[in-house]
Amino acid sequence: MAETINEVKFSDEAMAEIQRYISHYPEGRQKSAILPILHIAQAEFGGWVSPEVMDKVAEILNIQSIEVYEVATFYTMFNLKPVGKHVLEVCRTGPCCLRGADQMIDMIKQKLNIEEGETTADGMFTLKPVECLASCGTGPMLQVRELFYENIDSEEKLDQFLEMMRNKEHETPVWKK
Amino acid sequence: MGLKILTEHINVPGIETLEVYRKHGGYKSVEKAIKTMSPEEVVEEVKTSGLRGRGGAGFPTGMKWSFLAKPEGVPRYLVCNADESEPGTFKDRWFMEKNPHALIEGMITSSYALGANTSYIYIRGELLFVLRILEKAIAEAYAAGLLGKNILGSGYDLDLHVAPGGGAYICGEETALLESLEGKRGNPRNKPPFPAVKGLFQSPTVVNNVETIASVPWIVNNTGAEYAKIGIGRSTGTKLISASGNINNPGVYEIELGVPVEEFIYSDQYCGGIWKGKQLKAVVPGGSSVPILPANLILKTATGEDRLMSYESLSDGGFVSGSMLGSGAFIVFDEDQCIVRNTWNYARFYHHESCGQCSPCREGTGWMEKVLHRIEYGHGHQQDIDLLVSVSKQIEGNTICPLGDAAAWPVASAIRHFRHEFEWHINNPKEATAPGAVYRGQLDAVTA
Ligand SMILES: Cc1cc2nc3c(=O)[nH]c(=O)nc-3n(C[C@H](O)[C@H](O)[C@H](O)COP(=O)(O)O)c2cc1C
Ligand code: SF4
Ligand code: FES
Repeated sequence: MAETINEVKFSDEAMAEIQRYISHYPEGRQKSAILPILHIAQAEFGGWVSPEVMDKVAEILNIQSIEVYEVATFYTMFNLKPVGKHVLEVCRTGPCCLRGADQMIDMIKQKLNIEEGETTADGMFTLKPVECLASCGTGPMLQVRELFYENIDSEEKLDQFLEMMRNKEHETPVWKK
Repeated sequence: MGLKILTEHINVPGIETLEVYRKHGGYKSVEKAIKTMSPEEVVEEVKTSGLRGRGGAGFPTGMKWSFLAKPEGVPRYLVCNADESEPGTFKDRWFMEKNPHALIEGMITSSYALGANTSYIYIRGELLFVLRILEKAIAEAYAAGLLGKNILGSGYDLDLHVAPGGGAYICGEETALLESLEGKRGNPRNKPPFPAVKGLFQSPTVVNNVETIASVPWIVNNTGAEYAKIGIGRSTGTKLISASGNINNPGVYEIELGVPVEEFIYSDQYCGGIWKGKQLKAVVPGGSSVPILPANLILKTATGEDRLMSYESLSDGGFVSGSMLGSGAFIVFDEDQCIVRNTWNYARFYHHESCGQCSPCREGTGWMEKVLHRIEYGHGHQQDIDLLVSVSKQIEGNTICPLGDAAAWPVASAIRHFRHEFEWHINNPKEATAPGAVYRGQLDAVTA
C-alpha cells in the first residue's frame, strides 16, 4: 500500500496565531510557546499530532524534534494517534463520581460499543476518560475540543448529547474567525 | 449575607466587558496604586491585610512578596497560577470566566508592587475557552492604556500574557508550572533555589493563585487594615469555596472565613443540605489532597468545639482528627458513598498524575492504586490495610514536591477514620462487590 505523506502546512491564520504566541516570550525563549502551538496544531490537523506535525513544530521553533516529542508525550491533552471526529473527554475523578460519572462512562461504553481509548467503527467518537476538569459542581461532565458539557446525569441527557454531537461540526477555531 | 469582596458584581450583566467593569469601580486600584503609592507601600498593605495564599498552602502573601530578590538589571516576573486541577476545585475557572477583568486588575496592581514588567497567567490547557475570555479582556485593557507602555501616563510598563498548559495536574505545583511555562515537561524543580530567587527564565518570580491576586485590588482600595478585620483570627478576609458532591446546591460560594461548617453545609444560603434527604457521611474540606473527615469530626473538633471554615479550625487536631482548608474545595459525601471506592479513585488520580521523578511517589502511588483496586474489587487481604499505611508513610516527606504527600494523606486518613469499612470489604468480598453495596456498619471511634 503506497502512502504519501502530505507536507504539513499550517494555514496562514494559524501561523499568525503561532507567531503571536511566540512574541509573548523574551528573545531566545521562543520554545516557551510550544504548548499553545501544539494546541493549534491539534486543532488544525484533525484532533491529533503526528510525528510529522511535531517535526514541523520543531522547525517553526528552531529546536530539535525530540524536544517537541518529549513535551507532547508528557501532556495528556495531546493525542498521539488518530482519533474519532469527537473525542469525549469524560471526567472520571472522585467529585464527579459522587454524582454518577462512573455510571455515565459505563453507559457511553455500552451505547457506543467501545472501551476506554477506543474509537467507534464509524469514526464518530473516541472515549477518553480524563481527570478532574474544574467543573465538579456540575458533574457528571465531559469536554469535546474546547467546550464543556455539564450535568449529564441521566440516560435521556446522555442520549440527547450523543445525538446532538452526531450532527455537530467543530467550531471554527478563533484564529480563523 | 456575608461581605462580598470578590463576587459583589460577578452577576452583573456585561461585567466581562471593560466598560461595565469600570462602571462598577473596576481598575480603581490600578490608578490608586500607580499614581499615589510606591510599590513598597502596596506590599505593606498586603502584609497588613494578613491575606494568605488561596492556592492551597495558605502562605502569607505579603511575606512571600517581600522575599522576592531584586538584583539590579534582572527582570522580575509575576506568574498567576490558574492551573486549577486539584480535584474538587472549580472556583478559579468560574471566577475568570465570569469576571476576567477582576483578575487582570489584580495582575496589574500586583505586578506594579513587585516591579514586574512582564507577567503571565498560566491556565490549564483544558480551559482554552477561558483563555479566550481572558485574552479578549486583556486586549480591551491594552486599548484603554491599562496595559502596555506608560500605563495611565505613569511611566510604568507592563505586558500581560496568558499561557495554556496541556493537561497535567503536576503543573499546578509552582516549579513544575514554571518548567511548563518555559515549554518543558512539568517536572518540579529541586529547591532551593526558590522561585523568589531563580524562577521563570532563571529570574526572581512570584507565583500566586488566581483568587489571591484577585483579592489585592480590594486591599489596595480599602487598606490592609480593613481587610484584616474580616474573617477570624489569622484567617483574614473572604474565601471562595467550591462546594461539590451530594449536596442540594453545588457551586462556588464566597464566605467570610469563620462561618461554621454546619451552617455552610445545611444553610440554604450555601450548600442547602444533603441531597435527597440523606445523611452526611464524610467531607473532604480542602480538595482531594487533604484528609477526609467523618461527619462527626467535620462538624465538631475532637474537643467538642464547633468546626469553622477557617485555616486554623479545619486543621484543629492535626491529622489525627483534623484536616485542612487547602484550596477550599469542599467535597461532601452522603451515606450511600463508598469510602474504599473513593480512596481508590483518588489513588488512581495521583498515580496517573505523578511526574515520575522520585521513586517513592512514582512507585508508591502505583502500589496504593493497585492494593486499593483489589480491595474494592473483592480480592483484598487482611494485611493490605497495614501495607497501605506503610506505603503512605514511605512516600510522605520523601519526595521532591508535595504531590507525594498529597497522594499519601487521603489514603492514610481514610484508613484512620474508616478502617471498619476497609475491613468489611476484605472480609465480605461478595457482599461488598454487589451492585450498589455500601458499608453501613459502625464508624470508628475517634480518639483525640
Ligand atoms: C501537586 C500540586 C498541585 C498544585 N496545584 C495548584 C493549582 O492548581 N493552583 C494553585 O493556585 N496552586 C496549586 N498548588 C500550589 C502551588 O504550588 C503554589 O503554592 C501556589 O500557586 C502559590 O500561590 P498562593 O500563595 O497564592 O496560594 C499546587 C501544589 C502542588 C504540590
Ligand atoms: S513527588 Fe511525585 S510529582 Fe512530585 S516531583 Fe516527585 S515524582 Fe514528581
Ligand atoms: S471531578 Fe469532575 S470536574 Fe472535577
